[in-house]
Amino acid sequence: MTSEYGVVLVDSTSHALRIEKLLGMVGLPCKLIPVPRHLSSDCGVCVRIMKSDSEKIHALLNENKIVFQSFEVL
Amino acid sequence: MNTNKGRLPSSRTKEGAVYLDNAATSWPKPPGVADSMHHFIDEIGANPGRSGHRMSIQAAHVVYSARAAIAELFGVSDPLKVIFGINITDGINLALHGLLKPGDHVVTSSMEHNAVMRPLNDLLQKGVTYTRVPCSLDGTLNPALLEQAIQPNTKIVALNHASNVCGTLLPIHAVGEITRNKGLLYLVDTAQSAGTVPIDMETDYIDMLAFTGHKSLYGPMGTGGIILGSRVDPADLSPIKQGGTGSRSEREVQPEFCPDRYESGTANAVGLAGLLSALEWLKEQGIIAIQSHKETLCAQLIEGLMNINGVTLYGPKKASLQTATIGFNVNGMEPSTVGLRLDEEFNILCRVGLHCAPAAHQTLGTFPHGCVRFGLGVFNASDDIEQALSAVEKLAEEMT
Repeated sequence: MTSEYGVVLVDSTSHALRIEKLLGMVGLPCKLIPVPRHLSSDCGVCVRIMKSDSEKIHALLNENKIVFQSFEVL
Repeated sequence: MNTNKGRLPSSRTKEGAVYLDNAATSWPKPPGVADSMHHFIDEIGANPGRSGHRMSIQAAHVVYSARAAIAELFGVSDPLKVIFGINITDGINLALHGLLKPGDHVVTSSMEHNAVMRPLNDLLQKGVTYTRVPCSLDGTLNPALLEQAIQPNTKIVALNHASNVCGTLLPIHAVGEITRNKGLLYLVDTAQSAGTVPIDMETDYIDMLAFTGHKSLYGPMGTGGIILGSRVDPADLSPIKQGGTGSRSEREVQPEFCPDRYESGTANAVGLAGLLSALEWLKEQGIIAIQSHKETLCAQLIEGLMNINGVTLYGPKKASLQTATIGFNVNGMEPSTVGLRLDEEFNILCRVGLHCAPAAHQTLGTFPHGCVRFGLGVFNASDDIEQALSAVEKLAEEMT
């Protein structure tokens, strides 16, 4: 079964919070969650988003020059 | 600002003493600061940015919001360039020790605090040199003299925005134009000015803005740091400590990105909760309104001191050219005696001596005895100034 969620992997919690704030401002749903072990060995958090919003969010982050590692599907 | 005394905390202690030592640390703090710290400990509590559970994320939210509020205050668009430490001294040490290499040269002024001078003198032993540009007797700086001191190997210009001894404001904007034209990095120490006068990192051409949370930003002690501008490459700025950051945990080397590169170990999140509350209060009041209130009190104090026979006043002696920090002496009486008698006999709390700034006192001609300093805060009122003036007048009368 395919999940409806995707995640944005980031360098640190501060980066995740910056993305969360931006998405909140434009009304796109997201939630900070621990990084799933199969995606990264990092012990921090990532930003869970709706998979259907991925392209929109990708463009938004680039537009606002916000650094992220990658977009992944859950 | 809202000067309705009923809604503001009193600048007097329970015993009725008048607090005039805001240049050392502000007291009292705005309503809500202590409550927000209490709330963090009782209700949020977890380690910010270390775990993925909801309490940890809530704690990280508080730290991030404090970062964003600091960024907004100084006109900075990226909150992740705000590096927190436990005070402004941490920030200044990071800039100087992190950037300078043997052979580099620094230009600074003769009104600096030891937070700048001690790191520079330590670096002097390691092959870094510096030139101290002389300021006038009232502490003012001629930017043209500073420009002349720039050498081919100058890397940083480090400047105190406002004197912690006599309040003199130094021309940070004019010096910023020079440093930007010359392609130098510009470090500004805003310990005495942040929250008191408007400062904008972009328009003042500041590359590294060191700030403290516990003075005129009205937050608790244990908060401060530095903001890095876009011209500071983290690859060139070495961290002065390394350790856990909650990020890139699989690697045993320090991350290269901000703020983690410079923030190892658990943050003072309780203090930052207090600072966030203070910054929200500051924004509500408005810096211009605070500046105007303090300028009025400062003018009252300057005029009063100038009218007392036997008092020597230092600095510009004009409220619009300084912060509300006033240095003076009662002629013939040691500053330490004045301080003790003001405390014990007149219920006035202030700071005397050299104020960790021997260079500034040499400039003002008050070294090695120092002077008496009244540091006014946003919660002081006109009757505090009257009480202080009356006390100084009595002491001065004894000496004439």
